[in-house]
Amino acid sequence: MREQLEKIKIEALEEVGKASNSQELDEVRVKYLGKKGLLTSILRGMGSLSPEERPVIGKTANEVREEIEGALEEAKRKIKDREKNIRLSQEKIDVTMPGRANVIGGLHPVTKVLDEIREIFFGMGFSVAEGPEVELDYYNFEALNIPKNHPARDEQDTFYINDRVVLRTQTSPVQVRTMEKTKPPIRVIVPGKVYRSDASDATHSPIFFQIEGLVVDKGITMANLKGTLDTFAKRFFGEKTKTKFRPHHFPFTEPSCEVDVSCFVCGGDGCRVCKGSGWVEILGGGMVHPDVLRAGGIDPEVYSGFAFGMGLDRIVMAKYGIDDIRLLYENDVRFLKQF
Amino acid sequence: MKVPYKWLLDYVDLDKDIREVADALTLSGSKVEEVEEFGREISRGVTGKIIKREKHPDADKLQVCQVDVKDEVIQIVTGATNIKEGDIVPVALHGSTLPGGIKIKRGKLRGVESNGMMCSEFELGIANEDSVHGIMILPEDTPIGVDVKDVLGLTGGVIDFEITSNRPDCFGVYGIAREAAATFKAALKPVETSFKEDEDTIRNYLSVEIQDPLCRRYIAKMIKNVKVGPSPEWMKQRLEEAGVRSINNIVDITNYVMLELGQPMHAFDYRYIDGKKIIVRRAEDNERFITLDGVERSLDSSMLVIADGAKAVGIAGVMGGQNSEVKDDTNTIVFEIANFNGSNIRITSKKLGLRTEASTRFEKDIDPNLAEIAMKRACHLVELIGAGEVVGGVIDVYPKRLEPHRLEVSPEWINSFLGTDVEVSRMKEILESLEMKVEGEEILKIEVPTFRQDVRIKEDIAEEIARIYGYNNIPSVKIKGEAVEAIKTTEQKLIETVKNTMVSSGLYEGITYSFTSPKVFDSIRLKEDDPLRKAVVISNPLGEDFSIMRTTGIPSMMEVLGRNYARGIKEAGIFEIARVYLPQDDILPDERDRLVIGMYGNVDFYSLKGVIENLLSVLGVDRVDFESEGENPTFHPGRCARLMVRRKPAGFLGEVHPDVSENYGFEDERVYVAEIDLKTIFEASRLERKYRALPKFPSVTRDIAMLISDDVTVGEIENVIMRAGRELIESIKLFDVYKGKQIPEGLKSVAYSIVYRKENGTLKDEEVNRVHEKIVKALSEKLKAQLR
Ligand SMILES: [Zn+2]
Repeated sequence: MREQLEKIKIEALEEVGKASNSQELDEVRVKYLGKKGLLTSILRGMGSLSPEERPVIGKTANEVREEIEGALEEAKRKIKDREKNIRLSQEKIDVTMPGRANVIGGLHPVTKVLDEIREIFFGMGFSVAEGPEVELDYYNFEALNIPKNHPARDEQDTFYINDRVVLRTQTSPVQVRTMEKTKPPIRVIVPGKVYRSDASDATHSPIFFQIEGLVVDKGITMANLKGTLDTFAKRFFGEKTKTKFRPHHFPFTEPSCEVDVSCFVCGGDGCRVCKGSGWVEILGGGMVHPDVLRAGGIDPEVYSGFAFGMGLDRIVMAKYGIDDIRLLYENDVRFLKQF
Repeated sequence: MKVPYKWLLDYVDLDKDIREVADALTLSGSKVEEVEEFGREISRGVTGKIIKREKHPDADKLQVCQVDVKDEVIQIVTGATNIKEGDIVPVALHGSTLPGGIKIKRGKLRGVESNGMMCSEFELGIANEDSVHGIMILPEDTPIGVDVKDVLGLTGGVIDFEITSNRPDCFGVYGIAREAAATFKAALKPVETSFKEDEDTIRNYLSVEIQDPLCRRYIAKMIKNVKVGPSPEWMKQRLEEAGVRSINNIVDITNYVMLELGQPMHAFDYRYIDGKKIIVRRAEDNERFITLDGVERSLDSSMLVIADGAKAVGIAGVMGGQNSEVKDDTNTIVFEIANFNGSNIRITSKKLGLRTEASTRFEKDIDPNLAEIAMKRACHLVELIGAGEVVGGVIDVYPKRLEPHRLEVSPEWINSFLGTDVEVSRMKEILESLEMKVEGEEILKIEVPTFRQDVRIKEDIAEEIARIYGYNNIPSVKIKGEAVEAIKTTEQKLIETVKNTMVSSGLYEGITYSFTSPKVFDSIRLKEDDPLRKAVVISNPLGEDFSIMRTTGIPSMMEVLGRNYARGIKEAGIFEIARVYLPQDDILPDERDRLVIGMYGNVDFYSLKGVIENLLSVLGVDRVDFESEGENPTFHPGRCARLMVRRKPAGFLGEVHPDVSENYGFEDERVYVAEIDLKTIFEASRLERKYRALPKFPSVTRDIAMLISDDVTVGEIENVIMRAGRELIESIKLFDVYKGKQIPEGLKSVAYSIVYRKENGTLKDEEVNRVHEKIVKALSEKLKAQLR
């Protein structure tokens, strides 16, 4: 019996060596180790052996089995590796073919810039306030110290709905609306559409975007206005940006200012965007006029505040080098895809 | 306002470059629009004397000149014919520049060396081309070897200021001089006003009556033996530099005073004044009047006129009349210097469509106390240029004198308001340089001159100090005090989510005008009685196309899509958060934000629906139904859905009706739009998510396929399946809808995968079978489905 086992072992190992794929290997396994396999049937014949021989033969049989199994395993691994390598070599693809991506759209450049500005002010503690675009004359003008027949009304060509209702010419009406609703400390920005009856051309649009800012608290100073706008200018236009505050006149702030930033296109050397001056005017602001605070129900003897406003379209145009404001509202997808 | 620099220097000594002055004034509050610097483009131009002139040896048309420019004699070749030996001419030396960026270099003309150029007036930029007659010949007594800019007066320049409505005092050279004096800590010189007058008195010839308080003051003065003629050169030049055309000496004096002091004035020919009197009154309605410019105008009773005993002779504050104009043979004139209510002048000028130098100043409310000094200045000028003799006496009707405003403010408050540390002495110095009277230390008691009506409250004083002290000297300080936390409202967060979801769905954001044409309602086929046709109407629109506030966002989207299509763009997908303005009982409309989506090219209804389903899922909107909608006239009757959220209508989506897409220029192209009310879906949105334990037990999937009538919607089938199998169904998925071959007419084949799962144990076959059969039964009973 021992010889039989030895023979089986040699034959089996030989056949394992010859098998060239997993199927052949499987056949070898079944032939020797399967339920009706050669080794199995030998083991079945062990019953006829003497009690002394049984453990000895049994041990040998197990050794043979383990050896065959080991060889099978080893061969299987090799064959698999080979098969895998064949598959890999056959599966080469052209990686320069286009990917199968989801189409991703994009936000309007005005929204992108607005989001950026909003983030900066958000970081400085400014929430976003909103107000109606079809607005009462009261909030758009009178509460802002611009009574009927005030010359400033001519400067802002206003669309009227009727005597009492206008399309807001600025985001400033939200100042008084906010003060009416909120107690100081107030720190808000107000982005939104505003309307002026300018015929549209490359630099004018009857509808455009402004961002208003309002801060009211005890002890707010003009130095704080400068600090806030300096910080904004540096974060938005870059750390090297310089600001220039010029006195100006607005009916709803006192003192009032206009703010220039060093040109973010040429860095101050002079270019088309800054018309050679090295400076670009970006906003107006000032300390909230006491009459406006009062209109908002806030005591100017206790509180002070500052406000500022900037035109978003001009900033968008300068930032991306867009030379015609009408492009912003035409929504040609070839334009929209660029941002 | 254009201020000639030399004129400014009459009143303040500034040893500064014109640009430096302009920059400093901008920073102290007088915004400069433009600086025109005379002769800026001319360099190395000198005067020279032609000492020898010969013919060019090789060119008949050229001359060779020897020109003495003091330091040397240079040879210049020229083609000009108007010169002779002895002439003094402007010479551009080698290396010089001329207007227009021209550079002059040494060179040879037909073999003869030429070391510069003799210049014409055109080449020097002081004449137009058509007035050129050869080289400019300077007067015989012109010194040689000096800078041509000095000889030609090409120094200084003109600074153009933007004057804000609150500063009428800056509408004259003198007001700017005051600002410059304060800015540079220089002395402001007084205006020369002395003159002699005769023993006679104007009262013998004229009386003045103000009938309306819109006229605050009226001063009249007479000049006799007037010699109307041209003004002296210096006066002409200043007027021209300031942008005012010289007319004759009398009119020029009135303009000169206006430009210098900011006070408009007028001169009447006395012989045309009827009844020896001037009356300031309201015009009659439809009163006809011919102004100085020869135009007949129709007046109304809101307007103020200057009249004599019989007729109007001028529109107050705007323009005088042709009927009393100063002429060449005028002998006696009446100077009028008056003061009027600014807004009345502004309205009159607007109504007449007539804006003049006078009206732009008057409409800003001029100081009535300025009238007196202006009249004296005018008389001084009459005497100075010998334009006539001043008659004694003055008529000055001034019913209510304007007194200076007084206020008190503490320097400490100013510093705490500005965030500065300005010394009290510096504050006083600043205020005094602006001609305010200041007393006190702890509290400043300030008397504000009447020409500064804009200074009323302590904040105004703070501004005066801040601007002269310099805004750029105020420190830049972060806000102190209680930290304020910035928060986003739920709605703001949701809007952001909407935009981001649209972008990740492949759509581009558009922004359109909020006003539109009433015709768009026809373009999108709204019925005559559709409530959306009721819109907020702009009373002064830019044109009918922009005359109403939109009540739906679909037309602007169709316009955008149509524009892209017309430009040959094959496919487009755009969204807009479009605000609509719905009239309501309140005085203000209901402003609502709508999500409008539009697409064409390579898309179908389900592309659009998928975008919306995704959005609703991201927003956590529950109880959503898409109901078939056949009545909306904007859409294809068979391809439109009404979006219902919690049983409330939230908007429409669908394929645009072909008539509508044709109206927007589409041909054979299917267009899809949706308009969804954001408030409605936001109300049903839940952004918070709760974790549900992952299933512990396996699921069982069964497919079900059926033949069913074509009229039954997938929505109905799903409802039946869900209702019948609710106890065990985890999810269902439609995987096939088929019509056509092998399927009987009027039927369709529909197939679903149904996933069953139990939370608390492994499903047994019997359990699944029981529920599955229930579903099959329900489908066949309720929807007449034949299971396959
Ligand atoms: Zn630049």
